[in-house]
Amino acid sequence: MGVRRWIESWPVYRQLQGEDPLGRGAAVTSATTERLTPRTVTADRVAKSVCPYCAVGCGQNVYVKDEKVVQIEGDPDSPVSRGRLCPKGAASLQLTTGESRRHKVLYRAPHARDWQEIPLDRAMEMVADRVLKSRAEGWEDEKDGVRVARTMGLASLGGATLDNEENYLIKKLLTALGVVQVENQARVCHSATVAGLGTSFGRGGATMFLQDLQHSDCIVIQGSNFAEAHPVGFQWVMEAKARGAKVIHVDPRFSRTSALADLFVQIRPGTDIAFLGGVINHVLSNDKYFHDYVLNYTNAASIVGEDFRDTEDLDGVFSGFNAETRHYDFDTWQYEGVEMTAATGDRDQGYEEHSSGGESQHRAGKAEGRGSGGVGLSGKPKTDPTLQHPRCVFQILKRHYARYTPELVSEICGTPVEKFLAVCDALTENSGRDRTSAFAYAVGWTQHTVGSQYIRTASILQLLLGNIGRPGGGIQALRGHASIQGSSDIPTLFNLLPGYIPMPHAHANETLDDFVKADAAETGYWAYMRSYLVSLLKAWWGDKATVDNDFCFDYLPRITGSHAHYDTVMEQLAGNCKGYFLMGENPAVGSANAKLQRLGMAKLEWLVVRDFSLIESATWWQDGPEIETGEMRTEDIGTEVFFFPAASHTEKSGTFTNTNRWVQWHEQAVEPEGDARSDLWFMFHLGRIIRAKLAGSTDHRDRPVLDLTWDYPMIDEMGEPDAAAVLAEINGFDADGKHLGSYKELSDDGSTSCGCWIYCGVYADGVNQAARRKPGQEQDWIAAEWAWAWPANRRILYNRASADPDGKPWSERKSLVWWDGEKWTGHDVPDFDTDKKPDYEPDEDARGADALSGKDPFIMQGDGKGWLYAPAGLDDGPLPTHYEPQDSPFVNALYPQQRGPSRLVFDSEHNRYHPTGSKVFPYVVTTYRLTEHFTAGGMSRWTPYLAELQPEFFCEVSPELARERELEHGGWATIVTARNAIEARVMVTDRMPTLTAQGRKVHQIGLPYHWGPNGLASGDAANELTAISLDPNAHIQEDKALTADIRPGRRPRGADRVDLVREYQRRAGITDRTGMEV
Amino acid sequence: MKNSKPQFDSYYGKPVLKAPVWSPLDIGGYLFLGGLAGASSVLAAGAELTARPGLARAGKVAALGAISASAAALVHDLGKPTRFVNMLRVVKPTSPMSIGSWLLAGYGPAAGVAAATAVTGLFPGIGRAATIGAGLLGPAVASYTAVLISDTATPAWHGGYREMPFVFVGSAATAAAGLGMLAADPAEAGPARRAGLFGAALETVAMHQMRSRLGLVAETHHQGKAGKLLKAAEALTIGGAAVGALLGRRSRLAAAVGGAALLAGSACTRLGIFHAGVQSAEDPKYTVEPQRA
Amino acid sequence: METQPRMGFFTDTSVCIGCKACEVACKEWNAVPEDGLNFSGNSFDNTGGLSADTWRHVAFIEKPVEKPAEGVQAVDLGMPTVGQSTPDFQWLMSSDVCKHCTHAACLDVCPTGALFRTEYGTVVVQEDVCNGCGYCVPACPFGVIDQRENDGRVFKCTMCYDRLGAGQEPACAKTCPTDSIQFGELEELRERAAQRVEQLHADGFEKARLYGENPDDGVGGAGAFFLLLDEPEVYGLPPDPVVTTRDLPSMWRHAGVAAATLLIGLAATFLGGRR
Ligand SMILES: Nc1nc2c(c(=O)[nH]1)N[C@H]1C(S)=C(S)[C@@H](COP(=O)(O)OP(=O)(O)OC[C@H]3O[C@@H](n4cnc5c(=O)[nH]c(N)nc54)[C@H](O)[C@@H]3O)O[C@H]1N2
Ligand SMILES: Nc1nc2c(c(=O)[nH]1)N[C@H]1C(S)=C(S)[C@@H](COP(=O)(O)OP(=O)(O)OC[C@H]3O[C@@H](n4cnc5c(=O)[nH]c(N)nc54)[C@H](O)[C@@H]3O)O[C@H]1N2
Ligand code: SF4
Ligand code: SF4
Ligand code: SF4
Ligand code: SF4
Ligand code: SF4
Ligand SMILES: [Mo]
Repeated sequence: MGVRRWIESWPVYRQLQGEDPLGRGAAVTSATTERLTPRTVTADRVAKSVCPYCAVGCGQNVYVKDEKVVQIEGDPDSPVSRGRLCPKGAASLQLTTGESRRHKVLYRAPHARDWQEIPLDRAMEMVADRVLKSRAEGWEDEKDGVRVARTMGLASLGGATLDNEENYLIKKLLTALGVVQVENQARVCHSATVAGLGTSFGRGGATMFLQDLQHSDCIVIQGSNFAEAHPVGFQWVMEAKARGAKVIHVDPRFSRTSALADLFVQIRPGTDIAFLGGVINHVLSNDKYFHDYVLNYTNAASIVGEDFRDTEDLDGVFSGFNAETRHYDFDTWQYEGVEMTAATGDRDQGYEEHSSGGESQHRAGKAEGRGSGGVGLSGKPKTDPTLQHPRCVFQILKRHYARYTPELVSEICGTPVEKFLAVCDALTENSGRDRTSAFAYAVGWTQHTVGSQYIRTASILQLLLGNIGRPGGGIQALRGHASIQGSSDIPTLFNLLPGYIPMPHAHANETLDDFVKADAAETGYWAYMRSYLVSLLKAWWGDKATVDNDFCFDYLPRITGSHAHYDTVMEQLAGNCKGYFLMGENPAVGSANAKLQRLGMAKLEWLVVRDFSLIESATWWQDGPEIETGEMRTEDIGTEVFFFPAASHTEKSGTFTNTNRWVQWHEQAVEPEGDARSDLWFMFHLGRIIRAKLAGSTDHRDRPVLDLTWDYPMIDEMGEPDAAAVLAEINGFDADGKHLGSYKELSDDGSTSCGCWIYCGVYADGVNQAARRKPGQEQDWIAAEWAWAWPANRRILYNRASADPDGKPWSERKSLVWWDGEKWTGHDVPDFDTDKKPDYEPDEDARGADALSGKDPFIMQGDGKGWLYAPAGLDDGPLPTHYEPQDSPFVNALYPQQRGPSRLVFDSEHNRYHPTGSKVFPYVVTTYRLTEHFTAGGMSRWTPYLAELQPEFFCEVSPELARERELEHGGWATIVTARNAIEARVMVTDRMPTLTAQGRKVHQIGLPYHWGPNGLASGDAANELTAISLDPNAHIQEDKALTADIRPGRRPRGADRVDLVREYQRRAGITDRTGMEV
Repeated sequence: MKNSKPQFDSYYGKPVLKAPVWSPLDIGGYLFLGGLAGASSVLAAGAELTARPGLARAGKVAALGAISASAAALVHDLGKPTRFVNMLRVVKPTSPMSIGSWLLAGYGPAAGVAAATAVTGLFPGIGRAATIGAGLLGPAVASYTAVLISDTATPAWHGGYREMPFVFVGSAATAAAGLGMLAADPAEAGPARRAGLFGAALETVAMHQMRSRLGLVAETHHQGKAGKLLKAAEALTIGGAAVGALLGRRSRLAAAVGGAALLAGSACTRLGIFHAGVQSAEDPKYTVEPQRA
Repeated sequence: METQPRMGFFTDTSVCIGCKACEVACKEWNAVPEDGLNFSGNSFDNTGGLSADTWRHVAFIEKPVEKPAEGVQAVDLGMPTVGQSTPDFQWLMSSDVCKHCTHAACLDVCPTGALFRTEYGTVVVQEDVCNGCGYCVPACPFGVIDQRENDGRVFKCTMCYDRLGAGQEPACAKTCPTDSIQFGELEELRERAAQRVEQLHADGFEKARLYGENPDDGVGGAGAFFLLLDEPEVYGLPPDPVVTTRDLPSMWRHAGVAAATLLIGLAATFLGGRR
């Protein structure tokens, strides 16, 4: 720099030049300031992506410079998120590029004290060998004399954080290998949703979408901490509020959601059926229901058989209960005069009498099967359009809920009567022709022993109020992970095949036709199940699947009973399950009874963990809680552990399905570093290696693997398979190899292939519809040209119900789709046959969709109706009934029957239950989320910007409880159940109000469940305290309502911790029978 | 709990303001040394003009030493000492530190030349000019630091901005007086002894007025570190001035004791004021209540 | 450049969900270091306040709503309330940031020109110039700007000066899920804010008020102003801050007189014959 320029750059000189004499502006700018350019501008390219955390599915722009991701921020074009991201989405850059990520494969030899690095390809070979070994050892050709052709030797867990394409390959390969124990987060998260919504409406997904909430006149958030768990989605609640909607939060505690609500209503955890039952009673007894809607679109008028007995008659159980087996026989629940066929949801019922596998064979988690299908029936139920017949559903409903008075609600729920009535008024005032109300819930409802029935109760209420299928109305099931919906649709779940087709149960000599006949309805859209299934078999086994071999139907392994997540843990403990894949799930922290999870893993021969960092499920053998207590010693543990670094969402392409069924494509931005690989890569190459090892085998067991279509093109040097090719396979092809456009094109003669029938259309015209990104600003609120929603790009399900029986909108303000004289049309894609006239009436012998009338909006249901009463499909009753949680301080105020009689309980010395009303465990505990952390913490506790926001595990208690137990704000407390003892920092707060129920005060303890011993922000895991007790329909754990004791100070270390728990068990008089009663 | 509810609301009792990040020794020292240097230069100039070579030389050397140490303290306190020169990037009338820097840029060399010529005996003419120059700049050097600290949001500083310069020049006078009494022959040190009295009186009166203006915030002068320091400062300053004036002419020892007391008193004043400022920033009460009043 | 209108923030705390996305987005964009893993117990605030390592800070205040004195008709604030056993209750959340004062003390006192006013009317530190003198720290009447340990320089919100240059919205405003942080032309924001307060008053939020929007206040109005639901000090904000340099001329005058006093006073000690 010359002297002159040097002087000119001297700010004093520039000051003297006059523009900025005081030297506070332009004169003093520095060289760096002058060069300033944002890296969003200098980036080489921008990849379009989707947030990898929660199911809101916010759009992200990923900026890449020199093949490194340099910035991730919201995509303003996304109609869901409008460019916004919550703290987790905003921390995605650190998540994907931060120092916590691992890039090397690690191996822990049996009994070794430490990890060692091994090369990726060797690790792949080793894993393939172990898969084959365990598969062989656990192989079963038959079970109880019936062919099953499967292996119980290994299991897999995880999928909700993965892409649909990845889940698809996992399910495809493992099924072909005969592995049935395939599960993911959907089990522990929202399985009750599928059971609850599916039986009510026909599909297990949220009936509406987030943006549509802006049109709600009243939003009841119950069982969800919406603002904290779905923060960006919550903007639509705020939008509604700004337009004058009433926002109500019904929750045990005052959260960030409550803070923004117009009305906060406190409720005791585990009592929502009583609360909502009370609202139903209010609606029915005050004639506040939407008469025309109820009469035409629900099964209110249907007449139920004479043998049905309600809980009101039988002290809290329905007719058909067998206390011995703890199961219901559903016969008496049926409509009068209608012979139940094997139902779609219940699927296997037709086999009940014939199957030799015993009761349990068809019971397991099968309600999952209602993800896209109601329970079908054949024939027409008798109806009474006057709704007066004593056995019509409407009257049964009235009687069933008659005792749910405001006073009783208040007694059970601890909700003041005025507050309860305020909710009733808000809902009834904001429902009807001109107004709509929405319910938003999440896992505050699903995770109970009666979780499915919670959702049923809301479904009944929304049907009565006429709020389903209409703008601003509906039930917003706020799902969890980025693709939890996808991992239920293209399921890594033991009981399902893609598109909610049931996994076949073991039956003697079963053919494809037997299966379809037994498990599919004859009316409604499930009548075409054979086409869906044959197309799936064609997608998996291609030319090998022929008419002659039943399209390889026998290549599918058979299930017997439940092989759900918690059953697998029992299998591990029993030594039957020897190998375990954890692909994006952290059960050592996230699943109920974390200790049992670890003890199960310690019995494994091998464990594969694929994750970003060393989560607790990968390191328990080295530094887990049981090592500290001395219950296990590292050198005694024989489990081989493989850790594979996973590629992040920025390092692979694929689709996530968000909470509202939107399938959104995210583009790869960069190549993964080191040994990190996508799960797609892992599954594909594992399959490739296994197939090579088996090549030439003549063993019949190996045919399904060897015959698999497994030739995906690879797109780079690493050998990454083309995710778009997988998506195209999921979409399906016709006989000419052309991409299919809709599931209506599927056929059952083998001429079409389709990997998941409900996703058919996602690759219509050979175009990746999920990658469509027409900016939200350029579309209406439906945003039909952003991504693609199943089914058939419909955004509001059952939207035929937005029009009156004649096809006219109920009101101008709430119009959505309508009959224009020739066809169904409107803002959304009609969820109806577009040319079916409103006055269409089917013939007696009509089948399939033709069997539904022009007024039947619930097209997946056999009768086309929304089900107020479920004549079949659920394992714990046709109507929701209040039962107390497994661990409760109260006796059931309604019935002598304390708990859900058919709930599932497990006998294990580490899984003891509490006596009802125990003084030793006097407090109510609930667990929940914080905005700043994510689930079991793998994606937030290692991320500094998130970790610092909530750095330590804490418990929330009221000032009264703090006084009672001498807990010091900011100090430590020990919380104890019959399962374990944990410690937490104490947060004394008015947000955790004491409850008054059944005339007494009960304190609550709140536990955010995100912590575990590893990572930057560490602490004890709340799930050390929870027990495994499950909803019988969905096999979801009860972790939202339990009891515990709390005491000041840190928990004991070493063996003293175990002793403390034993001491508590003794004091409470707990035995192996406690809480096990029906 | 109910009764103990404070008169004002605060956010978990957290400060509204950021307390100065300066190290007390560095910046307290900087204030003290600047005062010592500035007033010493004035005394030295007076001594030069009234032919008191001993007092003059002591003043000049002290001024140079003090101003060098003061600058060193300042640089030491910078987060990025290597960027000290950036002080001369701009001339900012709104920044007392900027003005101070330029002032020091003029004063420092003058004080340096004055001291160097005095010690070496070379270039007496230039030395004399420098001495007078430094003497004229000295008062500014002694007083600008008051503006420097007052020109903050720190309640105990800003609130006393009218009196602060008087406290500071008073304190500067006592420091320079103390040094003169210590270093010069008592026979020549009469002005120093009188300066001690003058400074002590000025400081005491100004301090008193400042406290009454500060109102509630004056509490910080009586609490904690500041309270101890200011109490000591008062005793040392008044005591030192008195001892010097009464006994300093006759007794070399008394002169030395009085001088040392004055120096120490001045240092305590600066440190006390410094801490009072910190304390006033750390308790939100001193921010909120005066603003509410 | 002359036509560039002044840009600012309107933070409407009545719609803030306390998600802290603004804190994180700011850190990601500006590569601000993590600020320590400390459990504070102060509601959900574990970052404590604005600092060199936290340029956006979300405050959480749990507050029982004051009951009106007896005999006074209770006004329904329309706020959610907790049932029976606890008093009516508010959980206030508010995202704080540098105010980008019209009369910015930090900028005024900065001796190096590290702080300067940009063409958007914002106040920005130039990291390559700051020598860490720390003067700006006590000068700020809002306690915003601070020195970073182990670095020595000071840091604070730049209102994403780099992004503005490219026509992009600041990272915090862009990410805010509920639009609690609104970025735009200051004039327009002031109008919008006035309407919003009116609406809240109509809805019964009597204590709703704007903070920092008044050009006649002690700092000449803030470039980042707020809608608060309670007194400023509840949020840790000064109720009536004044830019320190407003009094600077007077300070110089006093200093001048003091300097003269010193000169004259010391000169006087040489008067008279006594040595
Ligand atoms: N920030 C963040 N966001 C997330 C996640 C996360 O970990 N962090 N996880 C994602 C996942 S996997 C999921 S599934 C969703 C879950 O989202 P949410 O279900 O909203 O999350 P939770 O906080 O677990 O539970 C919701 C609320 O249920 C309340 N509750 C507990 N028991 C009962 C009850 O019996 N009745 C009623 N009415 N309420 C009850 C709790 O107090 C809590 O406020 O969030 C997703 N989004
Ligand atoms: N007490 C209690 N327990 C609960 C709940 C509760 O409310 N209370 N909620 C339940 C619910 S709803 C859920 S969903 C579960 C969640 O529990 P988990 O699913 O066990 O918890 P996460 O931490 O989400 O685990 C997902 C892991 O996937 C990793 N991951 C992310 N992306 C990828 C990828 O692309 N590939 C691979 N291989 N890995 C990836 C993440 O780093 C993370 O470690 O917890 C359940 N447990
Ligand atoms: S975590 Fe959920 S709400 Fe937050 S940015 Fe990601 S997708 Fe959006
Ligand atoms: S708030 Fe403080 S740091 Fe920000 S501009 Fe104003 S004076 Fe400067
Ligand atoms: S610390 Fe830096 S920005 Fe602050 S006044 Fe000093 S030089 Fe200016
Ligand atoms: S404007 Fe930019 S620098 Fe300022 S707080 Fe927001 S993100 Fe941070
Ligand atoms: S991002 Fe918005 S809503 Fe979230 S804390 Fe910040 S200001 Fe509040
Ligand atoms: Mo979940």
